[in-house]
Amino acid sequence: MSKIIMTADDSASIRQMVGFTLKQAGYDVIEAVDGRDALSKITNSTIHMLLTDLNMPNMDGIELIKQVRALPDYRFMPIILLTTESQAEKKQEGKAAGATGWIIKPFKPDQLVGVVKKVLK
Amino acid sequence: MNDAVQHIEVYRQEAEELLVEIEETVLDLEENPDDTEAINKLFRAMHTIKGSGAMFGFDEIAEFTHHVETTLDKVRNGDIPVSRELIDLILLSRDRINEMLNAAQKGITVTQEAGETIIASLNALQPGKTAGNPQQEKKTAPATPTRDPEAENTYRIRFSPHQDLFLSGTEPALIIEELRNLGQATIVAQWKDIPPFSSFHPESCYLYWDIILTTSKTINEIKDVFIFVEDNCDLSIELLDDDQIPVDEKEPKKIGEILLERNDLKPEDLQGVLSGQKRIGELLVEAKIIDPKLVESALAEQQHVRQVAAKQKEKQAASSIRVPADKLDTLVDLVGEMVTAQARLNQKASELNHPDLTLITEEIERLVAGLRDNTMSLRMLQIGVTFSSFKRLVRDLSNELGKEINLTTEGGETELDKTVIERLNDPLVHIIRNSIDHGIESPEVRQKAGKPKEGTIKLSAEHSGAHVAIRISDDGAGLDTEVIRAKAMERGLITSDENLTDKDIFQFIFAPGFSTAKSVTDVSGRGVGMDVVKRNVESLRGTIEIESQKGNGTTITLKLPLTLAIIDGLMVNIGNDYFILPLSSVEECVELDKKKADKVKGRNILNVRGEVVPYIRLRDQFEIQQERPELEHIVITEVNGERIGFVVDSVIGGHQTVIKSLGPAFKDIQDISGATILGDGTVALILDVNKLAR
Repeated sequence: MSKIIMTADDSASIRQMVGFTLKQAGYDVIEAVDGRDALSKITNSTIHMLLTDLNMPNMDGIELIKQVRALPDYRFMPIILLTTESQAEKKQEGKAAGATGWIIKPFKPDQLVGVVKKVLK
Repeated sequence: MNDAVQHIEVYRQEAEELLVEIEETVLDLEENPDDTEAINKLFRAMHTIKGSGAMFGFDEIAEFTHHVETTLDKVRNGDIPVSRELIDLILLSRDRINEMLNAAQKGITVTQEAGETIIASLNALQPGKTAGNPQQEKKTAPATPTRDPEAENTYRIRFSPHQDLFLSGTEPALIIEELRNLGQATIVAQWKDIPPFSSFHPESCYLYWDIILTTSKTINEIKDVFIFVEDNCDLSIELLDDDQIPVDEKEPKKIGEILLERNDLKPEDLQGVLSGQKRIGELLVEAKIIDPKLVESALAEQQHVRQVAAKQKEKQAASSIRVPADKLDTLVDLVGEMVTAQARLNQKASELNHPDLTLITEEIERLVAGLRDNTMSLRMLQIGVTFSSFKRLVRDLSNELGKEINLTTEGGETELDKTVIERLNDPLVHIIRNSIDHGIESPEVRQKAGKPKEGTIKLSAEHSGAHVAIRISDDGAGLDTEVIRAKAMERGLITSDENLTDKDIFQFIFAPGFSTAKSVTDVSGRGVGMDVVKRNVESLRGTIEIESQKGNGTTITLKLPLTLAIIDGLMVNIGNDYFILPLSSVEECVELDKKKADKVKGRNILNVRGEVVPYIRLRDQFEIQQERPELEHIVITEVNGERIGFVVDSVIGGHQTVIKSLGPAFKDIQDISGATILGDGTVALILDVNKLAR
């Protein structure tokens, strides 16, 4: 069974790129348009990894991570934060909230797959 | 030879090798224009030629190469695409460097114009740049030493995650695995911090790891592995040992030292136990100063360092050294003398029949045989280098003639004696030229004949017994027996009614001045060729055979001996004279009694199991006067696919034959290809069966 990865991003183009890249690499992908959408989808299904944007309407990435980590099933699931270089300090905030790692935007598809493989068994 | 001259010689050799590499790489690049490694390789090669050239006073070469290097740098950065024009220019540049190198050796200077034209063309490839001032550019030439990417260092890594590591979704096993993939790793997990079950918390990480990693990666690349966990762990990465230190000076550290370095042990505790006589690790554990797991980990490190050192030693031992060819030739000569001397020793020992002496003689015989084989193998070179040098020939010639030809090679790893390879070059060039010019048809003709547009020439080499067979085959037009026959008649070589097999007809190709080409081109067709090729091959004691089918191509097979210095021979005698026949051409020996011989008197033929074999009486051939014995022997050989016998008095046996040339005074002697010295000091002549059979 292939692993299911959720990508939460309000930008359709990023979702498409991430989704396409990960499917190419053999993963299943669930898309979410913001934090709230992500959280509701997570509670209704099983995922193995979460890739989340930082700035999203309705619920931002940091809050999403905190909420997900609070769910008993997802205490140890890898969570990757997508961030831009200018938001380096947000990286720490994300880690404190429970993120496993981060990817700095802009990134290339193979970088993305590299990071996913790094944290996902 | 003084040092400077020697350095220059080394540079010349290096440059020549690099030029060969450049040519090969350029041609590879032409096939795969996206091959970035090929571009890097070219750049590095040019960079070396330039850098070392300037150092050894080849300023002209350095200056010229600098321009090529600049262009290649741009190609590397993607500013200039790999084009046909670029490939041509690099090849031209390569030839130019070669020319300058040769000119420098002869102490002459080359004309400037050709070089300047190339430089101008190279610069024209670069958008927005005209031919600049070379003097100025020279100063800005990069000369930074590059880090050897092969160099491997050993690091000691201690990775102790904080207890809450799992809560960030991190899996330490993945990190350890990633480290393992960086190089050679010895990993020891430490579980001495795991608490008793009552206070054990299942979501905490109690383990830490000691990893000894030998890798070519930098410390930053190792740190990258830990990028997501930097804040969740205590991490230390120390350089243990540097590849730059010679292996001999490396001594694995003592366990006590390792534990001290890791802060697992206090110096005073170490001193306390050192006074004992047991192994330090055992003492420390016994004295309960240190946890056995820590000692185990330190032992693992010691073991790892030892293994790495052993591996490096192996690597160093496997490296090669450069030896001048004439030193090798001298060695081969000496070994030849030794084989001769050993034969004498053998003979003396069997005369004296002393058991101790026989024992020593046998031992020396074994050693000499080993020495001989080893020495011969030193002179062996792979033929692949010669093969790939023809790529350029095929490319240039097929362009010139408007043909599309692909050269494939096979068996390039086959080894042949250096001299054989060197003297094989000209015949091969000739045969390949013929294939390109006469063999492969133009693309239009090929398409009409239902063949692929692109013709193929295949070069292959393989071992067959004591010989190496080299085949040059093409899928071209093949030989037209009718045309050859007509030409042979015209030249009066045969009469019109002669019944000849295809094989016989192909032999005319080797007649001097024989050419069926309708027009003489630059490339071939002057008819000075195949006879010279045949002569060259035969001077190497080789044979040449042609197979061809009209319309389906031609295959030319050269069979060559592995070496020229020592052969396995069959010793025979006639009267008091000894002769050697090359064992590789001998098929069998049969008896010939006087009665049987007299029955077919005047017709020197023999019936061997139903097959008629002609024979030559060597006694008559060499005008040996002594009386013929009752029972003679015939040595049957195979020459150019025909069986032919040589009548001798008796067959003595196999003989390791060290070939000595007869010297210039006897250069016109036919039938004899050399001489050898026997154990008792007498000289035996080596028969040239090819010439005798004719």
